[in-house]
This record gives sequence, structure tokens and C-alpha cells, in this order.
Amino acid sequence: MPKLIKHFSHLVLPVSVMTLLIIINLIKGADYFRITMVNGAFYGNIPNILFGASELVILSIGMTLVTAASRGQDISIGVSATITSAVFVQYVLQAGEVTLLTIVVGFLLSCVIGLLLGAFNGTLVSVFKVQPMVASLILFTGGRSIAFMIDGKLSPILANDISNRIGTVIPGVPIQTPIILTVVFIALVAVLFKTTNLRLYVETVGINPNAARLNGINPKKIIFLTFLIMGICTAVAGFIAVNKAGRHDSVNLLKLIMMDAILAVAIGGNSLIGGKFSITGSIIGAYTIEMLNRTLLRLEIEPATIKVFKAVFIIILMVLSSPVVRVFMKKALDRFRSWRLSISQPKENALSATNIAEKKEE
Amino acid sequence: MKDISKSFPGVKALDSVDFKLRKGEIHALMGENGAGKSTLIKVITGVYEKDAGLITLQGESIHFKAPEEAQNKGIGTVYQEIMLCPNLTVAENMFIGRSHSLVVNWKQMNEKAAQLLDSLGIPASPVQELTSCSLAVQQMIAIARAVDMDCKILILDEPTSSLDEDEVHKLFKLMRELKARGVGIIFITHFLEQVFEISDRITVLRNGKLVGEYETTSLSQIELISKMLGNVLEDITKIQKHEPIVSDTSIPVFEGIGLSSAAGVRPFNFVIQRGEVNGFAGLLGSGRSESARAIFAADKVTGGEVRMKGKSVKIKTPLHAIKQGIGYLPEDRKGDGIIDDLSVRDNIILTLQVMKGFFKPFSLKQAEIFADEYIKKLNIKTPTPDTPIKSLSGGNQQKVILARWLLTNPEFLILDEPTRGIDVGTKVEIQKLVIKLANNGMSLTFISSEIDEMIRTCSRLIVMKDREIVGELKGTELTETEVMNVIAQGGKNPCLN
Repeated sequence: MPKLIKHFSHLVLPVSVMTLLIIINLIKGADYFRITMVNGAFYGNIPNILFGASELVILSIGMTLVTAASRGQDISIGVSATITSAVFVQYVLQAGEVTLLTIVVGFLLSCVIGLLLGAFNGTLVSVFKVQPMVASLILFTGGRSIAFMIDGKLSPILANDISNRIGTVIPGVPIQTPIILTVVFIALVAVLFKTTNLRLYVETVGINPNAARLNGINPKKIIFLTFLIMGICTAVAGFIAVNKAGRHDSVNLLKLIMMDAILAVAIGGNSLIGGKFSITGSIIGAYTIEMLNRTLLRLEIEPATIKVFKAVFIIILMVLSSPVVRVFMKKALDRFRSWRLSISQPKENALSATNIAEKKEE
Repeated sequence: MKDISKSFPGVKALDSVDFKLRKGEIHALMGENGAGKSTLIKVITGVYEKDAGLITLQGESIHFKAPEEAQNKGIGTVYQEIMLCPNLTVAENMFIGRSHSLVVNWKQMNEKAAQLLDSLGIPASPVQELTSCSLAVQQMIAIARAVDMDCKILILDEPTSSLDEDEVHKLFKLMRELKARGVGIIFITHFLEQVFEISDRITVLRNGKLVGEYETTSLSQIELISKMLGNVLEDITKIQKHEPIVSDTSIPVFEGIGLSSAAGVRPFNFVIQRGEVNGFAGLLGSGRSESARAIFAADKVTGGEVRMKGKSVKIKTPLHAIKQGIGYLPEDRKGDGIIDDLSVRDNIILTLQVMKGFFKPFSLKQAEIFADEYIKKLNIKTPTPDTPIKSLSGGNQQKVILARWLLTNPEFLILDEPTRGIDVGTKVEIQKLVIKLANNGMSLTFISSEIDEMIRTCSRLIVMKDREIVGELKGTELTETEVMNVIAQGGKNPCLN
């Protein structure tokens, strides 16, 4: 058991926050976990959280990798997803009759665009050594205009059956489609980690790029690779978001989601200056943020003031998990342990007391 | 100021250790890594709180809760790595964070700094940028900063590890000057000669326990080593170096012709035979590390030709070198060697894993087998293979890096300062390992700033000065004086370039 605790110690923070939120919700109403069946699909608080957090979960996976390798954050993710989804929507709209093939080709096309955007950021960061936040500031600033130009008008509407099913439910399947897509994506990421050395390489580059190079790893390539993966993440997130919304709003789609993604990485127990990372932590972190948003809504806090409560909650969380508090807690725990030790071994204690006395005489 | 004693019943990092520093003496604190030197220092300077014991300063009992308190009581500390701001001026570095007023009187500050520098004989101007000073002068400025505040005790933790001999002597002059002023100096170093040159007394710690306090003049080097280690002394004398059999027809494992790199080493030739141990000798900055790095392509290679076993090969990146069977243990263990947050296991398998490829990860079980094998083979002291490497002692970290390279089974292994900053016991172990590997047919290049170590292990020494090769010594020529001669004369055989 202690070994197990040690192995998952980095998950203590996200899991305990989640537990706290669940308790708050249960106090508010015991029916928190109630799931209802509507038109053959599950609905309720928990399915809603899983549904709502889909894009955030996918983007925070990419954010975790970029952070770990490049020691910085990509702030253009929401905008990149808007561009990739704009391309997807335009392809589907121009295809005329929409078949499953149209959707798949459109999705693959948006993935290519995602890779290109990732390559753009990745080149700036790995080759030109621009700080990630500054590099992605370029797309962040100009990206939504690009998306608007691709759209050609405000909010083109994506009205077809397949998109509707991707955004909500497929008849006969009880779980909402975005949840399934997210699970599939997480599974693919897991396979990627299982079949490659991605973790070892990314962590090595993030911790010590010099040593990585001397041991045959090219840090530039690895940093570039994480931005490519991020590109795929933005394409998938954009795909889910636009199908959920049913229209492409180039101004508001996934607006400011990078803040939540960075927060998810932080809540997941990851250092924002790179190195060792936990994807699991970030995923739990992302769901926690969605849970927090919905908890505040459920507590009937006025929507206009909801952000204040969110901010306060996050500040408390960050202070509690800060190194200062951690060191303090560790010291307190050590003291408690030695105090307990001194009770159980009074003899030895007395011995060292006489030792001190002897030395005083000297 | 006397009778500093304390014990740590819980951790036993320090077990009822007494330490006594008298006014105006230089007191060397000796012991292997993990002996408790650092802990003792940290207790004195208030970084750690003592669990039990008594510290008195000039008869007055003290109990520091924070490093600032120790500083205010006149205990100054200078660490191994210089902790100053490189882009500020000398005077700014000396006074930064000292004054409590918002306004700085620059003129007065510079004058005061000039006075202090002058009185200590430090060759620096208050207004010059710190980076423009040599490492030794920077170290002295750090000392001046510590000494300035009515200092009674000065703690020098490995101050000489990055200095060359000349610089060390300048530092010693400064230490004697301070001693004459009545400052008590605690001196920690791994260089035994320096201890005997400068210190008045020696306190030896071993495994957190006090071995004893001795007058320096009453102790010989051999006795000191045996006090620090207990036993391995005779192991040193037992090291038998390996002489490779070289005939004119044998093809060298590695041959470099006209190698040069962006780090600024002059084009040089380098040859190593199977089972040979050779070394680059020279003073700090002579280009010995740069040459090693040029062979491994650690710096950008700007010219030259490389042959492995007679076959011409291209080595432009470290990965090329690794794939050709070359290993390189870097000089800067912390900056270029360890991946500090990763586990001992990951650190061991890293390079072999890279050789195997991105898409072929080792199973956890296989990685565990590799790690366990080398932890046992090299006697690496780690709680578990899962422990982050950063929590190991320097010597054990170095063994992990060695294990990493041995696991790749290289034909030619370059060891750049493998024994720097680690305890004597591990130093001997590493030297013995070098000989053993050579006996098994591996070619090794061994670089150390301690020439006696190289003479003990290498059968051929390439002497460097001012970034070029000035001579080569082998057989009976391999003595410390001969190496010095070659360096001083700048080459006894000028036709070797």
C-alpha cells in the first residue's frame, strides 16, 4: 500500500480537489450522481461533465507534452482549433451531399492543417528558440481573422445528420458521442506511450537538453514533435467543438480555452517549467475544471459573478499546492513523527539528554 | 568560539559530532561524500535546525533558525558554485541585498568596495563587470562579500574545485591574510595536497560520526586517507596498469586526423588502440576537454577525418559517435550528464534505449534487469532503482552515468574528469574499473586534473597546452615532473602538432 501511494503521489492534488467538489455537490443535493435516460442516452451531472470537458481534456494532453518538452505553453490552441475546424466546415459545406466519407476526409484535412499550425509554432520554438508563449502569441493574435477569412462570413451553419450525431448522440448508443471520441483519443495516446519512448525522450529533453543531446536525443526534434502532437490535438478538439455547436463561430469557438488547459496541467501536478509529467493528472485536472464550472452553476451563483468564485477557488488550490506549503506540511509531519518516536522510545531520549548535559560540562 | 557539538538521533546524518574552531585558524573538514560534512555546515549556517546538541559562539549559546541569523552573527559561507550575479559590477555584487535603505549611494559603495578589495589584495576594480574577472577572482569576491560583515567564521565549501594551480595559490594568500586578521576558516575540499598546504587542523568525519581532530603537522597524507576511509588504502597501490600490445600492423580502434571543433581546439591527430588507456594531460583551459568533445562531436565538428578500425566514418553528432561504439562521460556531471528528476533506472538505460530506437521501448521488466545488474556490478548505493538520481551522492551519480555507457558496450569510452568532486573511495573504484575494462579489450581515454591518477591508469599521455598538443609521454617517461616539464617547455618534440 505505501508503495502504491508513492507511485500515485502526483495525483493526490487533482483527486482530492475532485473529491472535495463531489462532497460540496452532494451537500447541495443528494441526487448528484443520478443518471436519467432520455431518448436512449444517459444524461445527468456526471455525463454532462464528461461531455462538456471533451475538448479541454484533449487539449490538455497536448499542453502537457508541449510544457514538458519546451518548458513553456502554447497559448494559440483555441485559435488553432478554430482554424482547423473552419477548414473542416468549408470542406463539408462545399461537398454538397454529406456522407460519412465527407466527414472523415474533412476531419483528416483539418488534421493536416493542425499539423501545419503545430509545425509553425514548433519551428519557431525549436529552431529559432523563441519562447513558446511568444511564438504562439502570433497565431493567438491573428488566427481568428484567418478562420474568419476561411469562413467567408460570420458563423456558417453545419446542418447535417452526421454532424449532429457526432455532436450529440448516435441513436442506439447510450453514451454521447464526444465522450466516446475523447475516450478513443485517450486510448490512442496510451498506445502511443506504450509503443514508443515518447515519455523518456520528452522528459529527458525537458529536464536537461544538454545531456539529452550528448546521449543521442535531438532536443529540437522532440520539441518539434510535441508541437505536432499538439496540432493533432487542436484538430480533434476543433472537430468535436464545431460538431457540438452545429455552426462555426470564428469569434467565440473555444475562446480562452488555453487558460483552462494550462490550469488543467497545473492541477494535474505538473511543473509548468517542464520535465517529468503526468498525462493522467492533466486529464483528471481537465475534468476537475469542468466539474468546478458546473458546481458553481449548480450552487446557483449568479453567472456574472461566477468567474470571481472560480478565481478564488483556484487561488486557494494553488497556494495549498505551492512548494512553500508543501515544505511546511512536510516539516510538520516530520515533527509529528519524531514526537511520536520520542514517546515510544523514552529511554533513548533520556540518553541523549544526558549526552547534552555532559557536553555542557565540558 | 568553541565547542560546537550536535547530534541527529532521527536521521543519524550527524551522530554526536563535536567540532571546535579556534580564532585565526584554518580548519579542514574532511570526509567522504555522505560523511556528514555538508550537514554539519548547514547546521552551523542555519540552513538546517539541529535536533540536539549545543552550539556556542564566543562562549554564547546560539541557535540559528535561518541562514540570515547566522550571517548576522558573523558566519559567512562561500559555496562551490559561485553564487553571484555575473552581469552586475564587482561592487554591486559585494553589496547587493545588504543595505536596507531604498537609495543607493553608488559613489560611497564603490569607494568602500575599492577599499575592501585593496585591503584583501584582490586584483579587481569595483566598477568592472563580474564576468570579466577570472573564476578565481570571482571566488575571491564572493569571499570578500562574506568577510565584509564583521566576519568571525568563514566557511569555504570546495572553493578550489574549478580553479587551476596558480589561482589556488592566490586564493590561499587571501585565506592566510584573513587568518592573520583572526578569522576562523572552515575549509572543505577533496584535494589532499591543499589541505596539507594551508590548514592548521583537520577534523575527519566518517558516516556521520567524528573520527577525530588532528594537528595537520602530526598527520601524513596516507594516515589522513586511511582515517577517512578505514581500509581501501592498499587498493590504490595495487592498481596495475594495462599495457596494450601494439604492433605496427595493428589497426587502431579510433583514428582522428586533423580534428577541430567550434569550441576552439586547434586541429589535432588522435589514435587509440584496442585495450589501450590513454589520457589528455594539461592545465585547466589547455583544451583537454575540448579535444575529447571534438572526438565525440559534442561540440560542432568543423573539420577532420575519422576512421574506426580503419574504415572512414562520419561523426557529426553525438548520435553518430554512439552508433560507432564511442561513449563519452562528460566533465560537467550536473549540466551534461545526469537527468536529475528521472530515476536511477531511466538514467542507466537512457543511451541504450536511444540506440535501440524511438519505436522500440524496453519493457519495464527488461529495464529493471539492466538497472539491477549495473547497480550491483558498480556497487551503486541507491535506496531503490526508482529513486531520482538527484538524491544520490556525487560519486554514486557518476557511477550511474558510467553504468549508462557500459550498458551500451562501447569499444571506445572517453571519461572526462570521472573522479572530480567525488570521494576517495569511489575514485579508486573508478580507476580500478578503467583498468579492468581495458583488460577486457575496451579502449579508454581518461582525463583528470589530478595527474597522479592519470599516471596510475594511462599507458600513454597526450600533453596539451593552449589548445594544442605539445607532447606525448609513455612508459618510463610517465612521471608527474615530466608532464610538468613538457607543459612548461611547451613541447619537447615540436614536430608533433
